Amino acid sequence: MKVAYWPGCVSRGFTPELHGSMAQVAPLLDLELIELDRASCCGAGVIAEHNQELADTLNARTFALAQQTDGQLMMNICSTCQGAQTECQERLDANAVYRAHVNETLSAEGLSYEAGIENKNFLWLLVEDIGLETLRRKVRRPLTNLRVGPFYGCYIVRPTRRLGIDHEHPRHRYLEQLIDALGGTVIDYAGSHKCCGFPIITMNKTASLMQAGRHLGDARDAQADCVVTPCPLCHLNLDLQQPIAASVVGRELNMPVLHLPQLVGLALGLEPKALGMGHHIVKPTTVIDWTESVVASAVPA
Amino acid sequence: MAEFKLRLRRYDPESGEPPYWDEHTIELEPHRSVLEAILQAKGRFDGSIGIRCSCRAAICGSCGVRVNGQPGLACHTHLSEALERSRDGAIEVEPMGNMPVIKDLIVDMDAVHWKKVQSVTPWLLGREPVPEREYLVDREAMVDVTQSMACIQCGACVSDCLAMEVDPEFTGPAALAKAYRFVGDPRDAEHEERLRYLAENEHGLYTCTHCFKCVDACPKDVNPMGQIMRLRRIAGSDHHIEDRNNGYRHEHAFVKNIKRNGLLHEADLLPDSYGGKFHPRAVPELIASLPVALRGMLRGKITPAKALLHPHKASKEVRGIFEKIEAKPERYELNLYVSGTDEDNAPTNAAELTKSGGAA
Repeated sequence: MKVAYWPGCVSRGFTPELHGSMAQVAPLLDLELIELDRASCCGAGVIAEHNQELADTLNARTFALAQQTDGQLMMNICSTCQGAQTECQERLDANAVYRAHVNETLSAEGLSYEAGIENKNFLWLLVEDIGLETLRRKVRRPLTNLRVGPFYGCYIVRPTRRLGIDHEHPRHRYLEQLIDALGGTVIDYAGSHKCCGFPIITMNKTASLMQAGRHLGDARDAQADCVVTPCPLCHLNLDLQQPIAASVVGRELNMPVLHLPQLVGLALGLEPKALGMGHHIVKPTTVIDWTESVVASAVPA
Repeated sequence: MAEFKLRLRRYDPESGEPPYWDEHTIELEPHRSVLEAILQAKGRFDGSIGIRCSCRAAICGSCGVRVNGQPGLACHTHLSEALERSRDGAIEVEPMGNMPVIKDLIVDMDAVHWKKVQSVTPWLLGREPVPEREYLVDREAMVDVTQSMACIQCGACVSDCLAMEVDPEFTGPAALAKAYRFVGDPRDAEHEERLRYLAENEHGLYTCTHCFKCVDACPKDVNPMGQIMRLRRIAGSDHHIEDRNNGYRHEHAFVKNIKRNGLLHEADLLPDSYGGKFHPRAVPELIASLPVALRGMLRGKITPAKALLHPHKASKEVRGIFEKIEAKPERYELNLYVSGTDEDNAPTNAAELTKSGGAA
């Protein structure tokens, strides 16, 4: 399957292991990634907060670039990109006059966005297009005994209607389904669908880190070995800031946070090092001890 | 008639006993409401069940509760719909969150919700001198504020606000939506003062985390978070309120960052959000962040070159978009609440109408 691939900013900035692990995992899933290297930041909701037309135009440009490729759809690896882009798409698709107005700006570059692009996070693509059954067959290292807490990131689960979450597409349960398909144990804890706090880290640092710390603490209380997230911005607050979050909530956390492609890659038999797991602030020793693995070694294909 | 298992969270703070779950079997048609089920339990089995309600028609906003973890109005939730969301076949009803419980499903709205609403001066501060005749206002501006006027003060958004969960002093979604009702009203004379008050409050305008919980919670489609984003846009871009909480600076630093780099350059965002690397406000923050940066470097997440240099630059096309849109004298915003979608506005197909009319 060929997709127009939008990696976002942070996966190539402060969480390079996300971009790297996606590149490792894609061929194992027969995914051909056509990287949208000319596209710009989605605005993460902040540009829209500043100027809606600006955010809509930048994202319409990204969509138009994706439509120029021969990818079946557009794929992202960031909950925040998913949410911010879907919000812009909602306006662009709803009103032809507005779309024409935005396209007029894009015409300077010879681009035009046609309504109705399909833009899916890797998580959605895994469940809806690749399929959990196919994925199950590809597992070379079942995550047996690995207790994984899902952490979605707000932008990929709310608002429910805009994100197309319904009976047929229970996208707010896909991480649980995926962990199960990879052979892991799903950990049910209070924070799975809550906010990591990252958007207010410069405005209300205590509240921000209290959110991260509390959710990780809840995962720890539920005896998770790690949490997994499809959002690199959540990863910044949950992993990079975890030592400070631990001091804000006044307890030990020591909770490894995996990026979604890392968890998938691990189950597909890739080595933790190749998946960039050595770049994490909280070492994923509870996931792979390297001497005494929590998950078994991979079986040959 | 169908049977439903209703599980209620019971608690009487005066009793000294901890909260507990109480189960009743209810007989009602599936299209009846969760409120009717609670009232049946109260009428038939246990008169001491505490629930606040009045209109039973989603108008008065009295019966805000959590049904299977979702905040909303008990009278506005069908039993069938509640059952679909159930984990184990029971319909679980709890009091709303973020507010103290008075008894069972009744929470103290005065202690939290109303106090916050009062803090935003929820009345019109008109222009002086008062005109001799009525104020003339733009239709679109008034339609826009009717979205926040649709609020029935049920507290569902307050119940699940994730920022309030960690910062109980946060002004919160309902009160901020109410604030927009006046900031968006052309008849109000105190827009800037209102915004300055909200922006300078360290638990105010900039504590919202964009979690969208309030958007999903609201039974009236008020879209509180959308109103909060409007307040920020007007505070920052129209009134240039440089608040002490870095809300303005963060927003402007982010936009400048993308205009310059095309993609986010994280290493600049933090210092710029505090006013720039050498700003007195930024220095303590940067020192506090040093251990984080060092740990990142040790793990090869952040390289000194990546932090100091700018590996990517915005293309001239991306810069061109910023320049063109920022140069406009007025912001152009599509408000779907006012405009509706093309689908909503499509001319009704007369043939279709006749057909369905005939079938009925």
